[in-house]
Amino acid sequence: MKDKQIPARATKGSDSVDRLVVLPFKKSVEISLKSIQVRFFRSLITTMSLVLAVSFLSFVSVSTDVANGLLSTQEPGLRQALIRSGYDVRPEDTTLGSTPKQRWIVILSLLVCVVGIVNAQLMSVTERFREIGTMKCLGALDRFILRLFLLEAGMEGLGGACVGAMAGALFSLINALFSFGTAAVTTLSWTDIALSTVSAIGVGFLLSLLGVMYPAIVAARMQPVEAMRIEQ
Amino acid sequence: MAEPRNIVRVSKVTKTFQLGKVEVHALQGVDLEIAAGDYISIMGPSGSGKSTLFNMIGGLDKPTSGRVFIDEVDIAQLDAYELAWLRCRKIGYIFQTFNIIQVMTALENVTLPMIFAGMNNDAAVAKGIQLLELVGLGDRFRHKPSELSGGQQQRVAVARALANDPAIVLADEPTGNLDLTTGEEIIELLKELSQERGVTVISATHDFKMLNVSDQVVWIRDGRIEKIENREELSISVGQIGVRE
Repeated sequence: MKDKQIPARATKGSDSVDRLVVLPFKKSVEISLKSIQVRFFRSLITTMSLVLAVSFLSFVSVSTDVANGLLSTQEPGLRQALIRSGYDVRPEDTTLGSTPKQRWIVILSLLVCVVGIVNAQLMSVTERFREIGTMKCLGALDRFILRLFLLEAGMEGLGGACVGAMAGALFSLINALFSFGTAAVTTLSWTDIALSTVSAIGVGFLLSLLGVMYPAIVAARMQPVEAMRIEQ
Repeated sequence: MAEPRNIVRVSKVTKTFQLGKVEVHALQGVDLEIAAGDYISIMGPSGSGKSTLFNMIGGLDKPTSGRVFIDEVDIAQLDAYELAWLRCRKIGYIFQTFNIIQVMTALENVTLPMIFAGMNNDAAVAKGIQLLELVGLGDRFRHKPSELSGGQQQRVAVARALANDPAIVLADEPTGNLDLTTGEEIIELLKELSQERGVTVISATHDFKMLNVSDQVVWIRDGRIEKIENREELSISVGQIGVRE
């Protein structure tokens, strides 16, 4: 599709430039970055639900990591402390997974977050109808618009997920420090923490892309005439 | 000059919209030929089908029946990609509401169509500055649209419309949102550009100021062409209406 040439009948006139309609990747990144900057507050709201959901996810998995660290010391005192603070530790357990209840709550929160993103992005598409229509009148293809929205959501998602995952992990560690004292920090495995945080970031990034998919397709499919008909 | 060729040819075009259960016949068989390099005004009251015809010529809408040729290419035959190419290279749009992209500076707005056309960034910036100087905004290319007046925004739009040296500039009520003097300046600018660059300017309007500069005026009423007047006949009819000298 990209290399498709316009048939000769349509190519009278200037031949100094390629017979293509293009938007270089670097330029798309530039445009979407600028778009986020200009509408920073708007992007912040779009990303907020993602930040919260990802921080919850990261909080839950880092807390499990901390509990595992404490458990691996085999000290009865720490085991008692874990049970006191609400972990279901059976006598034979040497590691802890997340409980089904926790998993459900996390999945639900992520689901709510995706719905929130779809909603916010649909609104942002509506707000930008005119801009999208104008771009189409200037010769933008459907996939340029799609790419701009995906890039924007990707960047927002990555940023938001990083902030959320860090905040969740940090909060979980502070919480553990208060409940279990310094033992919580000395016994835990930092690789596990890093792994939990990174996977939370990854989930957040994917959810952000998932959430923008439908709004971006709506935006890309829009006919320029419709966009022009809408009053500002 | 070589024999003037028709840059736009509209043949037996009808357009029907479905508004609920009612069919609206916006255009009922329009034939029109526009010679390259002319300055055409399409006049008509609101609801006359003026904008619909205009969207057809701009390749923004397809006719229900009949054909629209731009540079002897039937636009109904083009796929989405070719239409985008046409909009990018052949046609420059100027809107009543300016439609400058708000998040970009004046210069970025002007360079965007050139980027789409595959021009490299430095060349596009150089040409963008040159075009902004041409429309009299040489010192304002770093400004955001919100920092520009309506007339200045419309000038940016004119520069943007010219970015890829289009054969046709379509101006949909370009003076509709401007005051009298600013509107006249824009009309003057369009006229100059049409003469200097040989660009075909087609403008939809109900602004009588536009008539004085037009080579041809197409009057539309109820989805049909009422009359086509050339410049010579025009001064008389304007006199008759008694609008300005």
